[in-house]
Order: sequence, then structure tokens, then C-alpha cells
Amino acid sequence: MTKSVAGELADLELPVERGCPFAPPAAYERLREQAPINKVRLVSGGEAWWVSRHEEARAVLADPRFSSDKRKDGFPLFTLDAATLQQLRSQPPLMLGMDRAEHSAARRPVIGEFTVKRLAALRPRIQDIVDHFIDDMLAADRRPVDLVQALSLPVPSLVICELLGVPYTDHDFFQSRTAMMVRRTSQEDRQRAFAELRVYIDGLITRKESEPGDDLLSRQIARQRQNGALDHAGLVSLAFLLLTAGHETTANMISLGVVGLLSHPEQLALVTADPGRTPMAVEELLRYFTIADGVTSRVATEDMEIGGVGIKAGEGVIVSMLSANWDPAAFKDSGELDVERGARHHLAFGFGPHQCLGQNLARMELQIVFDTLFRRIPALRLAAPIEDLPFKSDAVIYGVHELPVTW
Amino acid sequence: MMRIKADTGVCVGSGQCVLTQPAIFDQDDDGIVTLLTDRPDDETAAQARAAVALCPTRALSIVQE
Ligand code: HEM
Ligand code: SF4
Repeated sequence: MTKSVAGELADLELPVERGCPFAPPAAYERLREQAPINKVRLVSGGEAWWVSRHEEARAVLADPRFSSDKRKDGFPLFTLDAATLQQLRSQPPLMLGMDRAEHSAARRPVIGEFTVKRLAALRPRIQDIVDHFIDDMLAADRRPVDLVQALSLPVPSLVICELLGVPYTDHDFFQSRTAMMVRRTSQEDRQRAFAELRVYIDGLITRKESEPGDDLLSRQIARQRQNGALDHAGLVSLAFLLLTAGHETTANMISLGVVGLLSHPEQLALVTADPGRTPMAVEELLRYFTIADGVTSRVATEDMEIGGVGIKAGEGVIVSMLSANWDPAAFKDSGELDVERGARHHLAFGFGPHQCLGQNLARMELQIVFDTLFRRIPALRLAAPIEDLPFKSDAVIYGVHELPVTW
Repeated sequence: MMRIKADTGVCVGSGQCVLTQPAIFDQDDDGIVTLLTDRPDDETAAQARAAVALCPTRALSIVQE
């Protein structure tokens, strides 16, 4: 194999599947060693820049000369099919795809809902939700139990109900439709669930416009009325963004965190011996799995020089958070799962102005789930060998489809 | 002496600073960073520096006076 130089086309075609469930694709390491930024081919056609080191990844994601607008020419859409792209182009843009002042105007009104202090007030409610589903697991008359359906999916779904102010009587509907949206079922089933939820959320917002409650949507309605006109469609999109960005991600991280800890018993023992270690264990699991690897793509809006290469306006850039999070220059022994690493500078939630809005909610959910699950079911173990678990090795958001556990 | 500066115009409310050094950083009701004090002492300085480095939008900086 010839050694490529920065700027030359590397022999990698994206996306690549994860091979080992506990490690990035082997090609990532090879490319990272060659250069901080390489050029790669996309399966969907065309080429893009591939940013694989931690330092350059942070630099690109914090640089306003890169755009998040997927509708722009040159944006590397390697994870989307033509139908999804069409759908994307026909819908009003979300904060995820906005830049600069427009992005700030969309994100600022919502960040007060996700402050560390406000989320702390949600803690007892999330604890109740987690306990409720673990009660059900313990009461089940059959084992093994599929942790994905029993815990990973329902917990973040109900937390989003809490956030949006979905009334208790609708929780079952909400939970079943959100689970359906991410199930390995037919495209029609998923689309039907999506459409039903959309109608539901639309109606929910209409109800809150006349009968406000103590929730995010009601406060957004009040804020918008105060500042001028109510944007009903915008609120439906916001609610959907929170749901799609916060449900499957957190669910997958719950499942993978459990797999990660159960398959590293000495690490699990450290956590169960002292719950004070859980927050840092969560950071380490987020780094180790970096489930949202492909989502931080950008397109350059100006010609520039970065990481030793010249990037031109209109060229696509894919920042691999997974590669950056395994960069040995930023994390010593980066291939080891080490719950005592004490490092928070991973990029699992991205970096720059789009860094995850729900990150502190996700952290809290993960902390409560791991603490409670291993405290209440200390004998928890996998009911299938790791090699047999159906990992989502080719998905945009990494995870596991099913996770049989027993005790 | 070390002084912390916060540019509230570019803060995106990630809360990284508050998680890292709650003795120095806080968020107002709208989620934007506020400083409880801009002068870290010996005890709080290291984590204040870590928070500055973690801020995703480089809203935080350190000035030496
Ligand atoms: C472990 C769970 C999660 C992971 C790994 C994750 C990851 C990410 C990443 C990497 C981004 C940045 C995308 C980019 O730069 O283009 C992001 C953005 C976002 N996330 Fe999360 N997320 C998680 C949970 C959540 C939750 C629970 C919520 C809310 C309920 C949420 C809401 C959002 C929103 C609204 C954005 C867009 C922010 C913006 O564009 O300014 N996420 N997330
Ligand atoms: S870390 Fe930066 S962006 Fe996040 S709240 Fe603090 S100042 Fe704002």
C-alpha cells in the first residue's frame, strides 16, 4: 500500500461499518496516523475531507466558516438516501442545519430549558421513571428480558414526555410510537408511527396554546407571544427535533453502556463500589462508543488552510468524532475503557455552536439508569455472547437492536 | 493575577463550564453563562482553566493582570 500524503485521496470509502463492536473501524486509525485531515471517497459519489484528529476536529467544529446547512451544494450527505434528502429539503430548516445568527436565534430561546440547575429539578422525576421500568423488569415472569424494549427505549421517551408536557394518559401512545419509529420493521410502519406522532404533537401544541402547563412547550408559546407572533409550525418542528435528537441517541447509549460495563467487570466493580464515580464513567462510555460519529459534517463557505491542507469553498468536511475520541494524542491508551480516566474533553456531543443542546439531560439519564440498574439488579448479566448481539454497525447512530439480559 | 472573562454573545448554553467549575460559573434563567466571581483562588483555578478549555464556542478566556 502506498502511504498517502495530506490532501491526497486516501483509500477509504465512506461510510464504513464498525467491525469489532468495541472499536472504530480499523481504517480510522490508519488514516489518523497518516494525516489530521485526509480526502476520502463517498459511497454516494464524490469526495470529502475527513478530519480524524482531536485538535483539528475541535478547530473545524468551532470555526464559523464551516456551514451546517445540508441543503448547500457540496455538503457531504453520505448518510442520507435520496428520499430522506428530498424530505429534508422540503421541510423548514431546524437549528441543527442553521448557521451563525439564524442558528443563534433558533437555539437561544430554548437553552434556558436545559441549564444544569433546571435539569437538577427533573432528577426525582427521572428516577421515578427509571424505577418504574426496573420494577416491571423484576416482575416479568420470563427471562431473558430485552433491555432495549424494557428500559433503553422507554426511559428517554418518557423523559421527553416530561419535557414537552405530554399528559400521563398519552404516555403509552407516545412511548409505543416512538419505539416503532426506531424499530427494525417495515418502512411503512415507521412512517405511520412518524405521521401519527406528528399529528399528536400538532394537537398537543394547539391544546397548550389555550391551556398552558408547566412545560417547555407552554413556556415557548408564552415567550413567542411576548416577542410577537406565535410560530405554531416552528414549535411542532422543535418538539420533533427534541424527540428525534434525544430519544434513540440516549436509548442506544443506555444499551451500549450496559454492554460496555458488563463486559468489563473490573470497571463495573469500580462504579458500583462508589456511585460518586458514575458521572465520570458516563463521560468515558460516551467517549468510548461515540455513537453519533457521522453526524458532524460541514461544508466550507470560504477557501481556507487548516490542518496542513487547503480546503476550498463548497467542499464537504466530515469530522469523525469517533476517530478524534480515540486519538492517542488526546486520550492516553485511548482503546481502553477506563472509568477513572476523568476526561471530559471528548467530542461525543460535538463541539462548537451546535454542541448538543440536550447533553446535560442525557448525562443525567445515563447516570441514573446505570446507578439504579446495577444497584437494584446486581446479578445482571448478558444472556447471549457478545458476538451474537445484533450491533447497529452500519447505522448513523451506533447501538444494538436487541439486548437479552438475565439475572 | 488571573481573571476570567465571559463573552455572553457567543455562549450557547452548553453548561460545560458549570459542570466543571460550579464555584465560578453559573447560567442565568435563559441558560447564558454568568460569573459568580471572575477571580479564581488557589482552590478553584485549575478547574476554572479546565472549563475555559472545554467551552465549545471559546466564550471563556483568561486574562493575566
Ligand atoms: C447520548 C445521547 C446524545 C448524543 C450522543 C447526542 C449527540 C449530539 C451531537 C453530536 C450533536 C451535534 C450535531 C452537530 O454538530 O451537527 C447534537 C445536537 C443536538 N442534540 Fe444531542 N445527543 C444526545 C442526546 C440529546 C438529547 C437527550 C436531546 C434533547 C432532548 C438532544 C438534542 C439535541 C439538539 C436539539 C441538537 C441540535 C443543537 C444545535 O444544532 O444547536 N440530544 N447531539
Ligand atoms: S461552556 Fe461556554 S458555551 Fe457552555 S455555558 Fe459555559 S460559556 Fe456558555
